[in-house]
Amino acid sequence: MSRPELQNPPEIFYNDDEARKYTRNSRIMEIQSELSERALELLALPEDDVPRLLLDIGCGSGLSGETLSESGHQWIGLDISQSMLDVALENEVKGDLLLADMGQGLGLRSGVMDGAISISAVQWLCNADKSSHNPRLRLKAFFGSLYRCLARGAKAAFQMYPENLDQRELIVSSAMRAGFSGGIVVDYPNSSKKRKEYLVLTCGPPSVNTSVPEGKSEDGDSSFDDDSSGDEENQTVSISDRHRPRKKQRITKKGKGRDWILKKKEQMRRKGNVVPPDTKYTARKRKARF
Amino acid sequence: MRLLSHNMLSSNIKGVTNGFPLRIEAEKVVVKQVDLNVRFLKNMFPKIEWKALVEASRTMGYAELPEEVEPSKLDSRDFLQKFHHALLELVLEEGALVCPETGRRFPVSKGIPNMLLHEDEV
Ligand SMILES: C[S@@+](CC[C@H](N)C(=O)[O-])C[C@H]1O[C@@H](n2cnc3c(N)ncnc32)[C@H](O)[C@@H]1O
Repeated sequence: MSRPELQNPPEIFYNDDEARKYTRNSRIMEIQSELSERALELLALPEDDVPRLLLDIGCGSGLSGETLSESGHQWIGLDISQSMLDVALENEVKGDLLLADMGQGLGLRSGVMDGAISISAVQWLCNADKSSHNPRLRLKAFFGSLYRCLARGAKAAFQMYPENLDQRELIVSSAMRAGFSGGIVVDYPNSSKKRKEYLVLTCGPPSVNTSVPEGKSEDGDSSFDDDSSGDEENQTVSISDRHRPRKKQRITKKGKGRDWILKKKEQMRRKGNVVPPDTKYTARKRKARF
Repeated sequence: MRLLSHNMLSSNIKGVTNGFPLRIEAEKVVVKQVDLNVRFLKNMFPKIEWKALVEASRTMGYAELPEEVEPSKLDSRDFLQKFHHALLELVLEEGALVCPETGRRFPVSKGIPNMLLHEDEV
């Protein structure tokens, strides 16, 4: 299956059927709420038990917003798909919902929002779904209006699935041009399935509070190609992997070693693959040149 | 949509310089009970455009908010109760929001305002 972004405009891709399928899939529910919890954590709100007013951009059926409600916050969610919002209504989400296109800019007063999250949505802006669409201008309108409506020092955390390096660069540079400071946090960078990236932005010029936090990682080699967490909500893995110098990263960072290779070969055998037998030559060091 | 959101929303049609507040056309208003949280209200208070809230709540059939207000009011339980009710419990179910400058109507259906702009409004 290809990326949803390549199939149809969002308001058409997320029709009644898809909206229902999406929201009933327990795997998706689990993943989306994990991503939302992480995004909320990245907002680094003061730990003072004060409920905040937050935005959920591309809120869909409210899976991400529920996480905000569970933490006691009030939120306004906007989405371009009426079908997704209808499911949110059925689920009686606590936030207020708006049918809106983030690419047209957010119609919100200045400085009123305490923070914003956006889960698996912003990469949609990189597409030109209508002849009138220019991704650069839509990203500009979006980030410009987001910057205005956030309180100074407030943060926005976007979990996103850019299709390739160009898209990531386009999104990040649009945000920086709007005046945000910040950058990308990658969680589980070594796992093709669990790897997730977040664009974390602070409203205002760089300061001590705007440094980008570290991504999460798992200790040990077990995180490599960990199949335990799927990516059904967005079939992006095979595509985005191609653009990532993953192989290079692994060898230089960790060095794989014989044990790791033996373990991997055993895993492949269990999956029924034909794997060469283990010998004393397995994983031996080679000279740089033969 | 609750008045909390109404108080934040403004019309962003191309060329509009003051899109706030959107005028409310209320066809159906419902009241949904929400737990009162003093800390939230105190945090929100400085950001609220009071006049717009008073007017909006009146349009929605609730006339209990005082016209004038100063922060010391936040110590009054009675005031907090009214502020809370207006901000979080009155829901515009059906009707419209109207741009104060252009008169463009944004319909509200099942509680959701349709803020999508036409191509020539972007
Ligand atoms: C993968 S879903 C995620 C929904 C929700 N955040 C969650 O975590 O379950 C992506 C959502 O982004 C929305 N979206 C895509 N483009 C949008 C746009 N231009 N404006 C607003 N929402 C958009 C889609 O309609 C869809 O509901």
